[in-house]
Amino acid sequence: MKAETDNNGKKYLFSKSLDTVFLAVNNVFKFIGLIFKEAFTAPFEWKEIINQCFNVGFKSLPLVSLTGFIIGIVFTKQSRPSLSTFGASSWLPSLISIAIIRALAPLVTALIAAGKVGSNIGAELGSMKVTEQIDAMEVSATNPFKYLVVTRVMATTFMMPVLVLYSGLVGMLGSFMNIHQNEQTSFAAFIKNAFSTISFLDINSSIFKAVCYGFTIGVAGCYQGYYAENGTQGVGKAANTAVVVAMFLIFIEEMIIVQFVNSIR
Amino acid sequence: MKNNDVTEKKSVISINNLKKSFGSLKVLDGVNLNIKLGENLAVLGKSGSGKSVLIKIISGLLKPDEGTVTVLGLEVDKISPVELRALRSKIGFSFQNSALYDSMTVRENLAFPLIRNKTNLSKTEIQHAIEEVLNEVGLPQTIDQMPSELSGGQRKRIGIARTLILKPEIMLYDEPTAGLDPITSSEINSLIKKVQAQYKTSSIIITHDLTCAKNTADNVAILVQGKFLKSGSFDEVFKSENEIARTFYEYNFINDK
Ligand SMILES: Nc1ncnc2c1ncn2[C@@H]1O[C@H](COP(=O)(O)OP(=O)(O)OP(=O)(O)O)[C@@H](O)[C@H]1O
Ligand SMILES: [Mg+2]
Repeated sequence: MKAETDNNGKKYLFSKSLDTVFLAVNNVFKFIGLIFKEAFTAPFEWKEIINQCFNVGFKSLPLVSLTGFIIGIVFTKQSRPSLSTFGASSWLPSLISIAIIRALAPLVTALIAAGKVGSNIGAELGSMKVTEQIDAMEVSATNPFKYLVVTRVMATTFMMPVLVLYSGLVGMLGSFMNIHQNEQTSFAAFIKNAFSTISFLDINSSIFKAVCYGFTIGVAGCYQGYYAENGTQGVGKAANTAVVVAMFLIFIEEMIIVQFVNSIR
Repeated sequence: MKNNDVTEKKSVISINNLKKSFGSLKVLDGVNLNIKLGENLAVLGKSGSGKSVLIKIISGLLKPDEGTVTVLGLEVDKISPVELRALRSKIGFSFQNSALYDSMTVRENLAFPLIRNKTNLSKTEIQHAIEEVLNEVGLPQTIDQMPSELSGGQRKRIGIARTLILKPEIMLYDEPTAGLDPITSSEINSLIKKVQAQYKTSSIIITHDLTCAKNTADNVAILVQGKFLKSGSFDEVFKSENEIARTFYEYNFINDK
């Protein structure tokens, strides 16, 4: 109880539980500050960063491919009837491409990565923490924060845009196959139609979103894992909380970024 | 090696009035300790008495609340992270539960401290060092196994091998024989003695096991309520009339009576 008031520099501002939330937020910002500090000081852990990029990016490809493809097909199928009623089914490619590039690909890919990568990081670091492997790393003269946390956060931040663009392309491919089958649209016509409505701003804002989501997933997983407590029970809790927190934050970020992008469009 | 031999040698670990609490729980409350070059000290004490906390403070994993902790001439809680890292490469820490990296094979576990601390080693030199320590602990056949495939005693020995690979000047063993059968325990005891003789290390051996303390240590100390209750050679401590010392002794050597 004392520690809480000390760290906040105030007596319970609102209530005990609210103040605990503020304290946790404060700790997360310190954690993020440390990530930036360590990320820009030598020596750099290039080998481990590449290793983690492979873990995050390559190993998520099958799942991201499948979901991207299915979303492309399903969204095309569902949009066709309402466009047809206005006789506007030739607009299908441009509608789909806007929906996929602007909204669906970043959001769905990020949620899937939060589930797969976020829980993986939370569980991995959590079990290393509770079995003292992180302490063992520290006493063998390695900086575990840099070696474990910074590399993972960098990997998720770098790889998420790649995964998002990839899933967008796969989604468009799924959509094309469905449209080609039903409207006999040629590939060239589909591409021309699809990309006529997409601006650089759309692509850039999706990449920006992906960077934010990737960073969020990495930080949530690492923070929960790195400070896991209470044995094996704590490992499960770390993995679970990492996913829940990451997903929640991704939706909030989505809302803020969309507001912002629309205001400059 | 009796007391008198080591008194003139320089001290490698010296602890003065060390205090450490977690919240309202006082764990260490004025610990004094002095370990000379080449000396093995066994620390005894019941579960939760703060033995692991003591060696975690020595290796800089935990910060003391009060008092000074000097290791190889440096105050561990005052030096910079860079100095601390350099100091740590001279301290071997064998964890209570081995703490092997379970995503790596035995080979990668052993290579890790080496690669991280000596960047100029060739592949063959690393391979050679790994084989050497594995032979030292008597487990050359496990080199390509994962930690999850090893028994508890094997994990302990690989954990010790991982700390030996850097040829440390100080070894900290946290319950090296806990939960092991008498045969494996005595193998580990001889390993500890061998390490002391071969690498000229000074060690702290935390244990509940008096056979281990008697066979591996030059001196023993008993930690009770945050202080060293009694310290000195094995016979000095256990031939005394102190009740806690007697309880330890009688439990371990019940047939003596
Ligand atoms: N990081 C920590 N945070 C809070 N309390 C701790 C921490 N580390 C240890 N303690 C507490 O300090 C006390 C001493 O712990 P320690 O692990 O040193 O015991 P020990 O003597 O090694 O016991 P054992 O023989 O069971 O290993 C325990 O009551 C433990 O709960
Ligand atoms: Mg202990």
